[in-house]
Amino acid sequence: MKRDRLIGAVLLVVALSAISGLALIAAFIFREGVPIILRVGAGQFFLSTDWEPSLGHFGILSMLGGSLAVTLGAAVIGIVFSLGLAIVLTQFAPPGLAAALKPAIELLAGIPSVVYGFVGVVTLVPLIRHALGGPGLSVLAASIVLGIMILPTITSIAIDALQAVPRSYVEGSIALGATRWQTVTMVLLRAARSGIVAAVILGMGRAIGETMAVIMVAGNALALPHSLLDPVRTLTSNIALEMGYASGDHRQALFATGVTLFVIITLLNTAALAVSRRRAGRRRVG
Amino acid sequence: MANTRFAFRALGVTIAAVLICAGCGKASGRSVSLLGSTSIQPFAEVLAEQYTKKNPGHFVEVQGGGSTAGLQAVDNGLADIGMCSRELTAEETRQFTRILIARDGLAIVVNADNRVAKLSIEKIRALFAGRLTNWREVGGQDGPVRPITREEGSGTRESFVRLVMGKERISRRALTQESNGAVKELVKGDPAAIGYMSLGLVGKEIGAVAVEGAQPTTDNVLAGRYTLVRPLLFVSKGAASPAAQSFVDFVLSPAGQRLLEKEGLVRAR
Repeated sequence: MKRDRLIGAVLLVVALSAISGLALIAAFIFREGVPIILRVGAGQFFLSTDWEPSLGHFGILSMLGGSLAVTLGAAVIGIVFSLGLAIVLTQFAPPGLAAALKPAIELLAGIPSVVYGFVGVVTLVPLIRHALGGPGLSVLAASIVLGIMILPTITSIAIDALQAVPRSYVEGSIALGATRWQTVTMVLLRAARSGIVAAVILGMGRAIGETMAVIMVAGNALALPHSLLDPVRTLTSNIALEMGYASGDHRQALFATGVTLFVIITLLNTAALAVSRRRAGRRRVG
Repeated sequence: MANTRFAFRALGVTIAAVLICAGCGKASGRSVSLLGSTSIQPFAEVLAEQYTKKNPGHFVEVQGGGSTAGLQAVDNGLADIGMCSRELTAEETRQFTRILIARDGLAIVVNADNRVAKLSIEKIRALFAGRLTNWREVGGQDGPVRPITREEGSGTRESFVRLVMGKERISRRALTQESNGAVKELVKGDPAAIGYMSLGLVGKEIGAVAVEGAQPTTDNVLAGRYTLVRPLLFVSKGAASPAAQSFVDFVLSPAGQRLLEKEGLVRAR
């Protein structure tokens, strides 16, 4: 009994020190980044597209727009392919195929992002440049690369959500005379909706935080994109590109960019958590 | 995600700092640490290799990080010598000892298929500022101009801004790449591209244009005809340590300077 309590206390200390590391990092980013936002003015910082640190101009709207465009593009690609995969693997594929495909998709998550970026630069970028025009380094290239990168995240969570739908729903639907496809669209996807939404949000969180691959294929121009073929710079790329040299206000402004990312990702993760909790709550009631 | 990334960065910096400090511990006698510009880094590595071959028992440690990071490292005592690929500011000149080890031409590069072979500085400025947007306007084939620049804070970029842009700003639509190699790769593949990079690293697959009528060659840089030239500097705080001084002497010696010339740079004097 006494020993139990001791072990409990030790584990609590270990757990708290892990979390306090996170808290320290968060506190550090905010301490370094928030003052410059206040000094420049939040309106100026978030709504100006003029980023010229050497002249003291710190406006991150172009980067916000860039991150948004690239993340939405990745989400569209991710949703289409991941949902397709998840439905095929849980409903239509023979068990042998599913058993082979699932680990293959999970393997995608293990490939380092610089490899995705490199493959993108070597194959995708010239393809876009020749087929569609523009510099090739573009929103489109970044969206496709990121879309593939977030595929494993969305697919595996979506599979869990689809598998969590009680068998009786499917059986009931089939018994009522619905086809397999009708059952999928009208019953399964609806019942698993909140899990799928959570999967997509988590995938977007990963997309917006990705850095290396995006630097390599997005072109990093400082203007807001007008088309899918325009180059963009994301929030993460901006930090990674400039942190090596930055000092003074410039360094703080990069931390402020980090604060912005931190808040966006926290919001996305909270949203994902809230959505999946609602699902759990509803299942208990039903 | 971003927060774990920051955690890893912080961890990386800590480990690097510990390693560097471990380096200075054993350093005292015969080891020299260099940190700074990634434009100088490859040349410093070649120099270090030759130096340690000639002086067994001496160690030279070379790290990148950027010109400004190099100056900070010297200021903090984390490195003996900072490598800086741009001119020092007035304040930095007061703070550090400046040693010119070589000069490097800044090449204005275009795709191999681009017919434009010479440009005035005025035209280059207009192309990078986004005022001229079609290659036809400077004697090339009809088609858009895509300027490629380096990231804010790069020594190459600062030199380009000082030598070419002056008060004018580089277009915000310019693509931004984070190394000489990436600029080269892009120019190689894109007929519309124009970029700037270290003359020593241009190679044969892309074209470097004549500026104000002077071809970008080592001879023209030496004779002062090619004017886009930047200094490559070693920087120390106060007097260099004996070990560091010995390495600097080697770099400035005829043998060291020949080595740099062979690698595509222009000698200091």
